[in-house]
Amino acid sequence: MARIPGMKTQRNAELGLLAFAMVLVAAYGATVEAARIGEITATFWVPAALLSVLFLGLHAVVRYTAPYADPVIIPAVALINGLGVGFLRRLDIGDALSEKQPIPGIFSGIGGRQLAWTLISLILAAVLLLVVRDHKVVSRYAYTLGLTGIVLVMIPAVLPGSISEVNGAKLWVRIGSFSIQPGEFAKLALVSFFAYYLVRKREVLSLASRRVLGIDLPRGRDLGPVVTVWLLSLLVLVFEKDLGTALLYFGLFVVTLYVATERASWLIIGLLLFFGGVYVAYLLGDTVGGPFANFYDRAEVWLDPFSSANYNREFGSSYQLVQGLLSLGTGGLFGSGPGAGLPRFVPEVQNDFIFAGIGEEIGLFGLSALLVLYLLIVERGLRSALAVRDSFGKLVAGGLSFTLGLQIFVILGGITGLIPLTGQTTPFLSAGGSSLMANWLLIAMLLRISNAARGPAAGGAGGDRAGGGPKKAPAQLHGAMTEVIKP
Amino acid sequence: MNAPLRRAGVVILVLFGLLFANLNWVQAYKADDYRTSDYNRRVVVAQYERPRGIIEAGGTGVATNRATDDALKYLRVYPRKEVYAPILGYRPVGLAATGIEHSENDFLSGESDKLFADRVKDMFTGNNTGGGNVLLTINPKAQEAAWKELVNNERGVQKGAAVAIDPRTGAVQAMVSMPSFDPNTLVTHDEKAASAAYSKLNKDPDQPLLNRSTAETLPPGSTFKVIVAASALQNGYTTSSEIEAGREYRESGAVIRNAEDEVCPGGQIDLKEALTESCNTGFARLGVTLGRDKVLAAAKAFGFSDDQLTVGNLEGNGLPVAASETGKITNPDGSVDKGALAQSSIGQRDVRMTPLQGALIAATVANGGKQQRPYLVQKLLTPDLRTIYTANSKTLRTPINEQVAADLKDMMVSVVENGTGRQARTRGLEVGGKTGTAQNAEGADPHGWFIGFAYDDKGEAVSAVCVMLENVPGGHASAEAARISGLIMKAAAGQGGD
Repeated sequence: MARIPGMKTQRNAELGLLAFAMVLVAAYGATVEAARIGEITATFWVPAALLSVLFLGLHAVVRYTAPYADPVIIPAVALINGLGVGFLRRLDIGDALSEKQPIPGIFSGIGGRQLAWTLISLILAAVLLLVVRDHKVVSRYAYTLGLTGIVLVMIPAVLPGSISEVNGAKLWVRIGSFSIQPGEFAKLALVSFFAYYLVRKREVLSLASRRVLGIDLPRGRDLGPVVTVWLLSLLVLVFEKDLGTALLYFGLFVVTLYVATERASWLIIGLLLFFGGVYVAYLLGDTVGGPFANFYDRAEVWLDPFSSANYNREFGSSYQLVQGLLSLGTGGLFGSGPGAGLPRFVPEVQNDFIFAGIGEEIGLFGLSALLVLYLLIVERGLRSALAVRDSFGKLVAGGLSFTLGLQIFVILGGITGLIPLTGQTTPFLSAGGSSLMANWLLIAMLLRISNAARGPAAGGAGGDRAGGGPKKAPAQLHGAMTEVIKP
Repeated sequence: MNAPLRRAGVVILVLFGLLFANLNWVQAYKADDYRTSDYNRRVVVAQYERPRGIIEAGGTGVATNRATDDALKYLRVYPRKEVYAPILGYRPVGLAATGIEHSENDFLSGESDKLFADRVKDMFTGNNTGGGNVLLTINPKAQEAAWKELVNNERGVQKGAAVAIDPRTGAVQAMVSMPSFDPNTLVTHDEKAASAAYSKLNKDPDQPLLNRSTAETLPPGSTFKVIVAASALQNGYTTSSEIEAGREYRESGAVIRNAEDEVCPGGQIDLKEALTESCNTGFARLGVTLGRDKVLAAAKAFGFSDDQLTVGNLEGNGLPVAASETGKITNPDGSVDKGALAQSSIGQRDVRMTPLQGALIAATVANGGKQQRPYLVQKLLTPDLRTIYTANSKTLRTPINEQVAADLKDMMVSVVENGTGRQARTRGLEVGGKTGTAQNAEGADPHGWFIGFAYDDKGEAVSAVCVMLENVPGGHASAEAARISGLIMKAAAGQGGD
């Protein structure tokens, strides 16, 4: 892709930020070793150096395929990803020491595995950037993607619990020691499908309405898709036993719908439907039990985690939540310092509860910085959505960014006791391949769209022209169909 | 589409704002609660970072530590297991301690203000010097003798207790409770095993976790006659005052008989002889003659109804001591229930006493009427063995004057020399005391009591003791208690053992 002289690509800024992020990751590794082993070993810098090489590779691909992409996203994600690898390695070192084993090698343990997953994820991200040179191409496969998304969502629900259930939530497919969370990938597919569908239908959805109490209500027959997705997400809530995932899919749909139609009534209807559904599920869990009982238990535990009844119950105990809170509280403002905490008191500290484990060691200040990093990624994504010229791109970038933000809210809110706990991974931080791969693909998609947004309007990307002027024949027909000119 | 996108951005900002606010709540506002929460295992790990102080008795450690390989760096070890368990209690992982381990916890753990200097020093040196050491008043020979004699008693009794006190100071020389428990099973770092061991002990109907010498009150039987005798002596009687006796005494529906027909069958008996033979009819009538208020006042003066007493250090911390009670002895209309008074005067009806209270009565007599406050902690020592606290004996109360004490001593020596307490006689010591055989439940064997004291050849009161055996089969319930008492006092006086 040729660069247009005079337009800033800011790739060098990205390189500088990336170098800074990797220095922080190396410093984190050194601090961990000093606290855990008592000395900084000669190889403390190796994980950071390996990560640097990987991220440099991605940086090179971006330079070549998406030179105008946002320069902040990759360094911010790389920093979080690097801290994740560092923390997992810290767990390996701690486990080895407590079992009187030698310090594990760089490539062993969950830290080593995470390093490998990072490599695979970055390759996938690079492939996506190389193959999808224009994000609008994706809309050609919208229906395929939509079907794939729904299948991915439903797989764990229909599989027996022995394969799909972990900690009461059916979100996994486990074969032997290998496990994936198909829902992570479903996000990407569903956003693409929703974006395509809504660009097609937005006129109907936004224009036809009746006005009741000052709110434009859509016609009954237009409610169909919303109700379908609402039912789908409630089915997820009941059969995958996970509020967070349900909230994620439904939030994703309502927000893309709202962005496409610019109609607040959809938001209001969506929120009412969702929270009404959740409340009914809670009541059903209390009275009927059955498939609703799990959600009811989670809500009960959330309302009073420290009661001994909830703490000591055999199934669905608040033990994990309480230990996470205690871990965070023990960390306090400044934390114990990387490597100096006791994260293994928190069950699943390498997965869902990694935020609590890190929080004990880096404290409120460190976690606030981490939150700001996440916010930066989400807001940069939304900014790309604002700047990109085509509706499909807007919806995809907006939907993906918002979903990422929502997922962070759902899991961190769950761990800190703000909302009932759900089994989501913490993007880029938690151990595990599915989450890392899916979220890096999401980032690659955002990079692609932000390249279109920030790049020259008539560039090789073939974006539509913004503003007036005689309309040229669009490069791709399906792109033309998505455009609606409002009166 | 940009306006809603901007609003979506605002929504994300709000959500992250909520996360941030909640994080402040968790990590700043609630941080101290969470850091010290009972559910927080880090609290436990921190407690085991430095060795806990050692508890010693007579120069040997009875609660010590062993370094481990696991996350909790030291294991608490109780080498004498059951023998000291009622005194020491135990210090389980992550739960509250009991006994001296509980009452001296601050000092043993090193968190006490008294060890502040050591903690400051640790901060600079980076060491983890241990907690402070506690030196008990316990005389190991007396303690071991008490345990051995109690569990090997000749009547096969399963439950009982023994306490020995130095009458001059109140220092506890021995304190055992049977059945007891092995505290090592409760402090193991395998918390599941510890929890299982605890629930087994807790469910045992014989209550091995109960310290019977301080926490259990039982009818004291005839040992209570010492109180009635003290009341009489304070109200004009002398040891040779004649009191009315007889085979049977009926009062307001209550019928008092003697243990055997040959005990005080005549009409009159002097006070000393009445105590020596343990004359029920005489003491029941004496109590009624003296009146309820005088008997109750005497009991209270000796420490009955005191629910504040602890035995540990003299600054207030220690094992709680159950209040010994006399009951109301009052009719529903408020008047004196004379039948109850007659029965109470021989330690029946609603009278209840702890073995420690029994030992205190004997000690008061032996110490010329002054009751010294009992204590278990002789000294507190820093890890480098500087003494920080030494017990200075305190007079708790003075229920009787020296003359009354001397008369009571004379009468109680007669009990052992010529009366019911002959089994307590010990060579080389002048022993006095009083037996008690207490009826309790219908059809159950009576409890056997002995309270007593011993003087050495220099005339020093070296020990006061109380032995209680529950439900002694085969009659003469108090004889075995008296025999064991003699052996404990012999050991306490430094004459027993091998």
